[in-house]
Amino acid sequence: MILDRRSLLQSFAAAGIIGAMDARAHFACAATPGDRRLVVVILRGALDGLAAAPPHGDKDYASVRGDLALQTSGTGALHDLDGFFGLHPSFANLKTLYDNRQLIVFHNICSPYRDRSHFEGQNVLESGGAQPHLLQDGWLNRALRPMGIGNGDRALAIAQTPPLMLSGKVQTASWMPAVMPAPDELFLNQVRALYANDAVLQESLSSALALQAASQNAMDDPAAVGPNGQKRPGGAYGNLTPLFQGAGKLLAALDGPRVATLEASGWDTHVTEGAADGQLARRLQMLDAAIDAMRTAMGREVWDKTAVVMATEFGRTVHPNGSGGTDHGTGGAAFLFGGAVQGGQVKAEWVGLRSDVLKDGRDQPARTDLRALFKGVLAEHMDVPNSALENTVFPDSGSAAPIKGLIRA
Amino acid sequence: MSLEAAIAVHRFGLGARPGEIEGVGADPKAWLTAQIGMAAEQPVAPDGGAFPNCGTLVRQEQAMIAERRAIKAGDPEAQKKLAGGRMKIFTDEMAGRFKLGFTSSRPFAEHLVWFWTNHFTVSTTAGRTLNFCGAFEREAIRPFIADKFENMLLAVASHPAMLVYLNNNASIGPESRAGQRTGKGRNENLGRELMELYSLGVDSGYTQADVIALANILTGWSLDPKAASGFGYFPNRHQPGVQTLRGRRYAPDLKGGIEAVRDLARDPHTAHHIAIKFATYFIADEPSPQSVARLERVFSQTGGDLKALAIAAVEDDAAWEPRPRKMRSPVEYVTAGYRLLNLPGNDADGRLTRAAMASARAMGEFPMTAPSPKGWPLTSDAWSGPDAVLNRIEWAKQVGGKMPPDFNAARVADEGMGPLIAPATRTAMARAETQGDALALLISSPEFQRR
Repeated sequence: MILDRRSLLQSFAAAGIIGAMDARAHFACAATPGDRRLVVVILRGALDGLAAAPPHGDKDYASVRGDLALQTSGTGALHDLDGFFGLHPSFANLKTLYDNRQLIVFHNICSPYRDRSHFEGQNVLESGGAQPHLLQDGWLNRALRPMGIGNGDRALAIAQTPPLMLSGKVQTASWMPAVMPAPDELFLNQVRALYANDAVLQESLSSALALQAASQNAMDDPAAVGPNGQKRPGGAYGNLTPLFQGAGKLLAALDGPRVATLEASGWDTHVTEGAADGQLARRLQMLDAAIDAMRTAMGREVWDKTAVVMATEFGRTVHPNGSGGTDHGTGGAAFLFGGAVQGGQVKAEWVGLRSDVLKDGRDQPARTDLRALFKGVLAEHMDVPNSALENTVFPDSGSAAPIKGLIRA
Repeated sequence: MSLEAAIAVHRFGLGARPGEIEGVGADPKAWLTAQIGMAAEQPVAPDGGAFPNCGTLVRQEQAMIAERRAIKAGDPEAQKKLAGGRMKIFTDEMAGRFKLGFTSSRPFAEHLVWFWTNHFTVSTTAGRTLNFCGAFEREAIRPFIADKFENMLLAVASHPAMLVYLNNNASIGPESRAGQRTGKGRNENLGRELMELYSLGVDSGYTQADVIALANILTGWSLDPKAASGFGYFPNRHQPGVQTLRGRRYAPDLKGGIEAVRDLARDPHTAHHIAIKFATYFIADEPSPQSVARLERVFSQTGGDLKALAIAAVEDDAAWEPRPRKMRSPVEYVTAGYRLLNLPGNDADGRLTRAAMASARAMGEFPMTAPSPKGWPLTSDAWSGPDAVLNRIEWAKQVGGKMPPDFNAARVADEGMGPLIAPATRTAMARAETQGDALALLISSPEFQRR
């Protein structure tokens, strides 16, 4: 069956149908994609930045966080980074990355969105607009052509359907660990013929087949399959490792994707968030393990060419709410890591945690625009020209100048 | 067999069962309207009876928690059984729901239930909702599909499943007696989503102060095992003082809370929000402003009469465009496939129903498990990504492979799709190697993927 699909892919490629060929056709008029990899991890649900990256050196930290404050010593102690900021105890692998100078932590960072709706917040995070629903496509999609990436499988969503961030004019691929047995080549060819007049279904089927063939070796993880044979996407309780590991394997391929998105939800901790143990701690640990699995799957050489940026739609309230959780807020944390990253630093315009500096007296403030981080990574890591960044990728983002010094020279 | 009858069955209904399109008769609109004059049908429990009410489920849940505490350090087998108990309640409820979808002779009413349940999303992904999700649809949605929107909204906002899902059971007025004693406080989750997602919509001009006011108004709305509904109002947790929400003042008691919820339902922004979602679900991914305006007007003029809203959608010419435009969601897709094949039959051991449930889940959708309170997406692009499409074709092929040798795919196609089948699909079916493949091609075809 695997061979069937591979040969099918080759026959499509010979006919110039699948995306990789199309992408090459664009080389003449655009930049060539290099061998660097960019991964964007979307954390849906508003991650609590003060839990993920606790500012334990702030004199008000312990008092404002109450039961949610992490300890600096003893069992379940946070990982100290620079004497002031730390990482949640669940982030053991991220701590190693920091120590290896492969992780930058950003704090008091947020998209330009200032209200508290998840869905608007995610729209701004993904569209790259200054306000919700201003732009209909995703900033990462708009950045593909300037990176030299055209239609095809050089840009990959680990999802059944690409998220808004990677959706737009450039056709991209999507992949999930498959669990259903694959139909034979003959049958698929008949279905392809049925889709001849249906642009949407035709494009999706071609793209899926191309990816499926390339990813056979990324599917050997039984953990990707639930007890009833169902898939486990990055939902609230889903194991993230198969998704991240699969992404790592696909990104490792010489002719494979250069850009990928991953999604993980389960961060909307309104109730019993927990500190060193508990709900959020378990989810963070799952994320930490998945990141390590991706790194391992890529292999050293590809990891060294990789930057992973991980962000959420907004942060949460500084003080715990009435039910041991936190409510929707504004500023929060973001992470940039990978072998290509100039790591070992925390970047934050820190103003403290007293009520008078909090947004509306409750939210962690937003002092850095996430777009400045995204623009910095696109510029330094993927060579996206400044004109494209300002005009098409992030229109109206002049106030958010690209952050410099993120990527190793 | 008329084209309009086929459209009625596939677009507004849930796909044709054998003979269903023939049975629509000369007036497809009347066939649809006749289905929605009353409450929706109720699913049947595995023992053939009715499922328990939510008060019973709340008591069961408390007993389970107590039992688990008692055996905490003890018997691991007993502990496993308890965890399995919750999942079994949910699975049984959902199996009843799927079965109703496969067999209902009021498929438009059932489709309306699906729309409203998704609009008022309660999900097993957060909170301890597993036991209560089935009851939520049975008690807060099904009785109200032909009622006033405000009655449905109130039933939703006070249902134990919603109170647990959006943490209102843990929300305590900071200045209430319970708040003073325990130091616990308010939780904004339900207050926010009630306005943003379930009534006004996100761009309707409410403020953070409104969110807090509504959260205060809803403090004390929690679970009461002594009530048949499972809902109780606890004055000692209620934030004292009159609250001002969107310029109106509400007394600090249950009556004030009910008034506030009803006022949200009657707000013009709510009419607009509901009209857009309803048109997007039943008419087109991008409904015309005229379609939306019509639904909005009917909603407002009838005081949020949901039967009138449904009839207004049926009477919109735009809803009768011959070409199917909306991609079926996985649950819709699997259901249409089962209806086409007259499945699951008597299915005494439930195996075929469970298979369909697992398939829908593998394709990316399962009722009451949406990743967020926004619910499952309403538009086609959510279900037409590369991986999603391949999964659906794989499912079609599997279903085709299970057909008996004497199966006649062309007859099933004629009866179940009739004038909706594209010539290319007929040709491909005629050329297929087996009857099973012919059926798989029909189920994979663009016109069956959509409604």
